[in-house]
Amino acid sequence: MSEEKEVTEETQPIVLEKLREKFADALLADAETSNGVAVVVNKDNSYALLEYLKTELAYAFLVDVTAVDNSNLESELMQYDYARFMVVYHLYTFEGETPRIRVKVPVHEKDLKVTSVTTLWKGANWLERETHDMFGIDFEGHPDLRRILMPDDFEGHPLRKDYPLRGRGERERFNFEKQNV
Amino acid sequence: MQGKMERTTGEKMVLNFGPQHPATHGTLRIVLELDGESILKATPHAGYLHTGFEKLGEHLDYNQYIVVTDRMNYLSPLSNNFGYVLAVEQLLGIEVPKRCQYIRILMAELSRLADHLLWLGTAALDLGAFSVFLYSFREREKLYSIFEKTTGARLTTSYTRVGGVFRDLYDGFETDARDFITNFPKALKETHTLLTRNRIWMDRTKGVGAISPEDAINYGLTGPCLRATGVAHDIRKAEPYSSYDEMKFDVPVGTNGDAYDRYLVRMEEMIQSCGIVGQALDNLPDGPFSVEDNKIMMPDKSDAYGHIEGLIHHFKIVMDGHGVQPPTGDHYCATESPNGELGFYIVSDGSGTAYRIRIRPPSFFHFQALPHMLEGGMVSDTVAVLGSLNVIAGELDR
Repeated sequence: MSEEKEVTEETQPIVLEKLREKFADALLADAETSNGVAVVVNKDNSYALLEYLKTELAYAFLVDVTAVDNSNLESELMQYDYARFMVVYHLYTFEGETPRIRVKVPVHEKDLKVTSVTTLWKGANWLERETHDMFGIDFEGHPDLRRILMPDDFEGHPLRKDYPLRGRGERERFNFEKQNV
Repeated sequence: MQGKMERTTGEKMVLNFGPQHPATHGTLRIVLELDGESILKATPHAGYLHTGFEKLGEHLDYNQYIVVTDRMNYLSPLSNNFGYVLAVEQLLGIEVPKRCQYIRILMAELSRLADHLLWLGTAALDLGAFSVFLYSFREREKLYSIFEKTTGARLTTSYTRVGGVFRDLYDGFETDARDFITNFPKALKETHTLLTRNRIWMDRTKGVGAISPEDAINYGLTGPCLRATGVAHDIRKAEPYSSYDEMKFDVPVGTNGDAYDRYLVRMEEMIQSCGIVGQALDNLPDGPFSVEDNKIMMPDKSDAYGHIEGLIHHFKIVMDGHGVQPPTGDHYCATESPNGELGFYIVSDGSGTAYRIRIRPPSFFHFQALPHMLEGGMVSDTVAVLGSLNVIAGELDR
């Protein structure tokens, strides 16, 4: 096992090479992880890269879509031009040597828009709705971008770092009669 | 399905299925648009049990969060405990001793059995097979008494710790577990005779809620629901974690991806789990049951009371900013929970509390794919399909 590792250290995973070749300008960072690779791509090319991964490199399985609010994570903010949010996609392939790939897309607060991947994966529908619900990120081209976990008339986005753990008094103000629609 | 074409009336009726319904097992809601008895459109609604588990993870330290994982899939809390600490350990870059890995496998497989048994009982009960419910709960009770003796709790087990488990197996564990796995296949045969070739059961589940392998992958289905479509994907085989690479077991697959195949896959998985438990008991290594690094794992109580070093370590572990502190970075770790791929994506900023914890629950994807399986079917199939998916509201809404 250790011998194999030494060989692969020189030759990068083939996925990474292909991505570097095709998306040379769009890739902001890339790295190997313990179970695959992780890449950071700029927002304009995120859809193209994910489509390429799905159709050309057989990453057929969308494991997860989520986001991270980097407000309190100085190192990440510095590295990606003070982009507040990082939308994170996890993909999986049933074949190949790098089973998992993590694609991260920095998103600035003044332009909270990412292209939706619902056209590539049906499973992305609810994942993007949840990310929208929790972080307020808009997915362009999403067919039904509503809140999913929080009530429809909820204000704010609970997983943002500036949202307090115990809420902003929604529990006390909750109107039961208004809910009976 | 047969009467679908004749029974259209041209009038649309909206039926609220849940949030309170005996077959929703938790709080789910499906809005069904019906034409006669056939379903035109199904819209699932999630969020009734949203508890903010991910937000809570940003405010609790790594060991405190284990109690939250109990409450995600409350049918197999031990699997959740396992998946979570594995993610933290991989982030820390540590590996637990062999004995601990085996103990975790034992508990994960026993909880897979408990989860599938509860699923079996309730799914059959929803379709009116009451005796199956009694049979499976009788067996499940034996497992729960094993869990209770091992962890001290039936439901809120919180058995694992970052770097190990909080105590070793109890003395009679091997006898109890062996008793169970020798008697269980016979008990499962009783269920097979009740259901597998039962005309009513087959009519209610065969061809109902079918999904193709391509669609299943597109929707992100995992676990028994994916395997029922014929995709032999199991994370325990594909990316072996803990010591699963040392276990011999088969990955049962179905062919049609319908409710009946999901039933058969789960039934066979229970037999395979028994096999894994047997192997783990045969080869259970001696040695420590957790890492011996006291900067990660709390020292033994006698050590904390008797030695100054132990006392210091004891306090350091529980003090904010002195306990388990993974290096800055992020990590995604997936385990095969009874329902499918349970993933934890943890972002660490180097402190004792996770910067962000994201849980990838299998039920979220299964519930999302529900309209695909229901639309065009009969209203009575709703219960059969929902039952076969085993959607757990706790992990669906987190």
